[in-house]
Formats: sequence, C-alpha cells, structure tokens
Amino acid sequence: MTDTNHPSRPDLPTLPIIENFSRRAAIKGGFATLGAAAFVAAISPLRHAAQNTSAGEFMQNHYTELTPEQKADVIARLEEEAKEKYGAEVTIGDDRPIPGTKFVYAINLSVCNGNGKCVEACHKENNHDRATNQSYIRVIEMPKGTMDMEQGSTTYTGAVPKDDKFYLPVQCQQCDEPPCVDVCPVKATWKEDDGIVVVDYNWCIGCRYCEAACPYHARRFNWKQPEVPAEEVNPDQSYLSNRIRPVGVVEKCTYCLHRTRRGKLPACLEACPTGARVFGNILDPESNIRWLLENKRVYILKEELGTKPAFFYYFD
Amino acid sequence: MTTSTAPADKPSYIASYPRFLARSLWQATEGSLGFYAWMTLLTALFLVGANAWANQVAGGMIGTHMTDQVSWGLYIANFTFMVGLAAGGVMMVIPAYLYHDRKMHDVVIIGELLAIAAIVMCLMFVVADLGRPDRFWHMMPGLGKFNFPISMLTWDVIVLNGYLLLNLHICGYLLYMRFLGREPNPVWYVPFVMLSIVWAISIHTVTAFLYCGLGGRPFWNTALLAPRFLASAFVSGPAFIIVTMVLMKKLTRVQGLDQPIATLTKIVRVTILINLLMVASELFTEFYTGGAHVSAAKYLFFGLHGKTGLVPWTWTAIGLNVTAACLFLWPGLLAPRLRWLLVSACVMAFVGTWIEKGMGLIIPGFIPSTLHQIVEYAPSLLEWKVTVGIWAFGLMVFTIAIKTALPTLRQADQD
Repeated sequence: MTDTNHPSRPDLPTLPIIENFSRRAAIKGGFATLGAAAFVAAISPLRHAAQNTSAGEFMQNHYTELTPEQKADVIARLEEEAKEKYGAEVTIGDDRPIPGTKFVYAINLSVCNGNGKCVEACHKENNHDRATNQSYIRVIEMPKGTMDMEQGSTTYTGAVPKDDKFYLPVQCQQCDEPPCVDVCPVKATWKEDDGIVVVDYNWCIGCRYCEAACPYHARRFNWKQPEVPAEEVNPDQSYLSNRIRPVGVVEKCTYCLHRTRRGKLPACLEACPTGARVFGNILDPESNIRWLLENKRVYILKEELGTKPAFFYYFD
Repeated sequence: MTTSTAPADKPSYIASYPRFLARSLWQATEGSLGFYAWMTLLTALFLVGANAWANQVAGGMIGTHMTDQVSWGLYIANFTFMVGLAAGGVMMVIPAYLYHDRKMHDVVIIGELLAIAAIVMCLMFVVADLGRPDRFWHMMPGLGKFNFPISMLTWDVIVLNGYLLLNLHICGYLLYMRFLGREPNPVWYVPFVMLSIVWAISIHTVTAFLYCGLGGRPFWNTALLAPRFLASAFVSGPAFIIVTMVLMKKLTRVQGLDQPIATLTKIVRVTILINLLMVASELFTEFYTGGAHVSAAKYLFFGLHGKTGLVPWTWTAIGLNVTAACLFLWPGLLAPRLRWLLVSACVMAFVGTWIEKGMGLIIPGFIPSTLHQIVEYAPSLLEWKVTVGIWAFGLMVFTIAIKTALPTLRQADQD
C-alpha cells in the first residue's frame, strides 16, 4: 500500500492536497455513488416487506399500553387485513381474564390412546398454517415402563393404541415460573391473571430466545406468512390467541382463551374422543379438576426445572 | 466526546473535528491496486449478503434452514464467536496497560479497532437473526419496552453497545489527538482503557449467561460455559491479531511488530491449553456421568440414532485445535523464517474456535430437542450468503480502521 499523503509537518492538520486531488476525489465520489446505488438495488426486496407492514402496525404500541380507543382501531385494522389478505370475515375479540379464575389442565394417561384428534383440532381452531400442518400439541408415543422422554417418538405411525406403548400429549404448560417470559427482551410475552401465558404478536421482534428457553417445546415461530384458505379460517378470534399471526413472530397455546374466557372448553378437549382431557378453574372448589387434583396421584413434566406447570398428568 | 476539553486559545474543535473525519476518510480510501481489489471484493460479497438478507426479510425466515426444533443457527453461532473476537482484543490491552509493555503499547490500537469491527458484526448478526427487524425499536430503552434486568439479552444489548462506545471513544480520541499533533492526555483515555478491560470480560460472560441460564437445555446449562467462552476468546482474538500484524509487516511500513507478535504467541500458548483442558473437563463430566444429559454431546461427537450432521464439524475443530496447540507449544514457532507456520497455526486455532463455539455450541443445544426429537440442521445457501456478507462488511470496517490508524502506528516507531 502506498502512502500518498505522508504529512511533511505532522503537527499541522492538513487535508492531503495533491496535484490531482480533484480528479481522485471525483473518482472516489463516483465509486461511492456506484456502491450506494448497488446497495439500494441489493436491498430492494425490502420494499415488498414494507408494503406488507402498514404505518399503523409499525408504530403500534405494546398491548398493555393501548388505550381502549387505540385497541378498537388496532382490532378494526386487523379484521380489515384478514379480509384483504385471506378473504375472510373475522371478528377479533379482546378477551380479558375472568376475575377469580386460574385455568389448569390435566390429562389421564391411562385413557389417552394417541389418536391425535387434539392435534388436529388445535390446528384448525387456531388458524395454523396449512402447509406446515402446525399445531400447539405434540403427542409422544412412549414405551411402557419409562417416563424418560428420550425413549419416546413424536413421529409414530400406524394403528393406535399399541399394546406396549402409552401416549403423552405435550403442549404449553402455562408455567407459574415461565422461563420463556423471563428471557423475552421486549416484554412481548407475559402471564395473565388467569394463568395463561400470552404473546403480543404485534410486539414480538422474533428473536426466538423464548423458544430456546422453553423446556416443553411449546413455542412456535412463523417462518413464513401462514396460509389458510378463506373457507377454513376460524372467524371467532381473539387478539391474544388465534387471530392469524404475522410472519416472523412467535406464537403459543393459550388454552384457547378466545373460548375458555367465554365459558367454553378448549378445542383440544372437545375433540378428544377418549375423555382423557380435563380442564377447569382450580380456584373453584366444586370443579371437576379440583377434585381430580386432590384425589388422583398427579405428576408434572420436568418438575426438577422449577417451572411450576399448570398442566398435570395422572394415571388411573 | 472531546469538545469539552477545548482550551479557549486553541482553534475550535468544531472546525477541526469534521476536517479530521474528512482526512481520515480520504486516507482510508487511498491505497495500492491490491487494496482497491480487496475492498472491491469485500463490497461485492457484502452486497450479495445484503441482497440475501433483504430476501429473507421479504419472504420470511423460511429461507433459512432453521426450524422450531433448531431455532437458532449459523447467525447466532457467528454472533457468539464474534463476541469472543471482540473480547480477545483485550489480550493486547492487558500487556500494554497493566504490564507496561512499551512495544505492545505502540500497536495496542489494532486490538481496539478489531473490537469495534467485531462488535459491529455482532450487532449485524443479531439483526439478521430477528424475525421482525422492523420492530428493532421495541428493544431501545425508553422508546420500547426493555425487559431489564430479567432478560439476559437486555444485558447483552447494554454491554455490547457499551463496549462499542468505549472502543470508539478510545480509538477516536487517540487518532484525533494525533491529527491535531498533540500528545494525548491520559486523563481522557486511560480510565476508559482500564474500564474496557473489565468490560471485555463482561461481554463474553454475559453472552455465556444467555445460554447457560436456560435450565431446559442441559448442553448449555453448565457453570463452565463463561470461563470456556473467555478461554476460547483469548485464543481466537490474539490469533486474528497475529495474522493481521504479520500481514501489516509485509504490506505497510509499520515497524516494531515482532515483539507484540511474540507476546501474543506466548499468550495463545497458555490460553489454547486452558481451553482444551476445559473442553476435556466438560466431556469427562458428560460422558462419565452418562444419562439423559449426555445426549447432545453424544450427538455432537458420535451422532445419535444415526444422525451425524455435526460429527465432521466437531472432529475438524478438535483436529485443528489440537494441532494448533502442539504448534504453539513448540518454541521454534517464533523463528522469523517460520512466519508461515505461525500464521497457519493461528488460522487453525481461529477456525477451530469458530466451529467449537459456533456450530459446535449452538446447534447441540437444540439436538435433541426438549421433547427429545432429533431434527438436524445445516445452514441454507441464504444463511451462508448473509453470513459471508456480514464478515465482508466487518473486514471492510477493520481494513478502513487500520488504514486510518496507520500514521499513528508509524509515528510510534519513530519515537
């Protein structure tokens, strides 16, 4: 490398004035302009992404900081977008926790036969991407005689139940000490008063730290824009649950809060043909689930991690 | 940053600082044909990466080969390694400022400039990994919602940006003083240098805490992770700087590089062994104990249930690291006529660390998944393009920074 501007007097600040300074400056300027133009051309696909994001969405505040008017505007905009992008008429509610409610779930592993109806129901209810066949539930086929998930398989096929197997459905455990909430750098996910851990899909930055932190593989990332045919879109939606998620954000099971906060049961429970699933308000002393937790020998997954799940398993 | 020191009788900094920047820019874009070819190549690679990234944002991250099982890949692997490279520069600062090594002091700015370039790359890798880079502002304290101090990622944002500012200030101040032809005032940079030593340790410790704090990932959930990160950082950083200095000796008129090269070689001689010792200690604990916790290590070293995607990577890393360690332990490595061998040893140690701390650390954290699924991962072409683009940009920043500092480096050996 040559040194064209070795200052003869290093004590004095000088711009390198050399004979052909202006010519060199013009050449450098020319190349800089060329580089800038090439850069603009290289990132031109971003324009496509920008078209898909409205100014309102870009500027939108965190869910917990929206005024009722802003919330109404946001929901109207989202309903509009569902119409535009998916051709579906949807209603997006803003379902809040019912005071005095703490939802818990339990599954009877003696009864579950691994038929997978819950997985399918979740897929439809929550407007999951059709192509990837996404669902919030994974069922693990386990050999009898072990509780070690390493022995299990989530990709089992064939007729169920098999004699030497039992079936362990896993979905979000709605932990009381959720590691996924702790790690989120922008508070895009939090635990609500009824115990449900939710995500503000319009605030999540898509870093996927929560996916790394969750010990139950309960979180999913939208690697692409979900595709659902208009006639298959479930129109009964809620802002914090099953509305069609944007690309590039994380989502998760919400115990179907758009149903359960309206007094209905989760879709996976309604779809279960065996009656293995029990759902309810643990604070209600008369509830089924309360009786069950008091009288059955229940266990929780990965208890040693201290996540305190609100999801229980038991055998008869 | 320095305007407040302006005495009334001196010419205004407001006028001279832009002149300093303009002169630096001019200086940094002057050079031989080889230099222009190098910069053109880097620009071209950067543009390829920028285009790939733009496509990723437009089409969604489906263009990567990451999955819900392996939700971090090549980007976060490189990010982790880059934090180490940034921290590694401190191995020049410590001899220069704590042990008053004169020769090292003259060229210590190389390490600080490397830190700047590496941190810039870190930040770019994080942005490349975001599903929604348009929501970047959600992470800004004050503007968005910063989950501090609970989320370790917010700590990382603070320490990485803080380290960047520290090094920008130190280098900027020294170069500006040199431009003004004045002796730098130690009050304005020595305290920051001392702070940067502690800060360098912190960036890599916090980055290790990102992973080792996760109870659900047994492969990362080890107290040895932060010390291991530091040891490998003190291999990759000095290795990179040694190669830089060997090149500078050939390509520039900077003198007095032999002694710093020798000092750094002696440092790597120790750190590379500490790093290998810690790897061995980790492996013993994993494999002797056995049980479920060993699955990821088994996958990494031998494959699991017939899936062996990482096995070639990891054995390559081990081969490179062990060979490099043997070479570094050989006293003859410092002979002036064996510079090529020293450079090879550095390259081996560098690449070995890049694998060990990149793909070899991030990917086994996800395999098997928390529900013990084994879904393998190999980066897609798009991921490679983005990664190469960011590396090219980082090398551009580093080249320009070194060019800007050349007069300072040359002045040092005139003293």
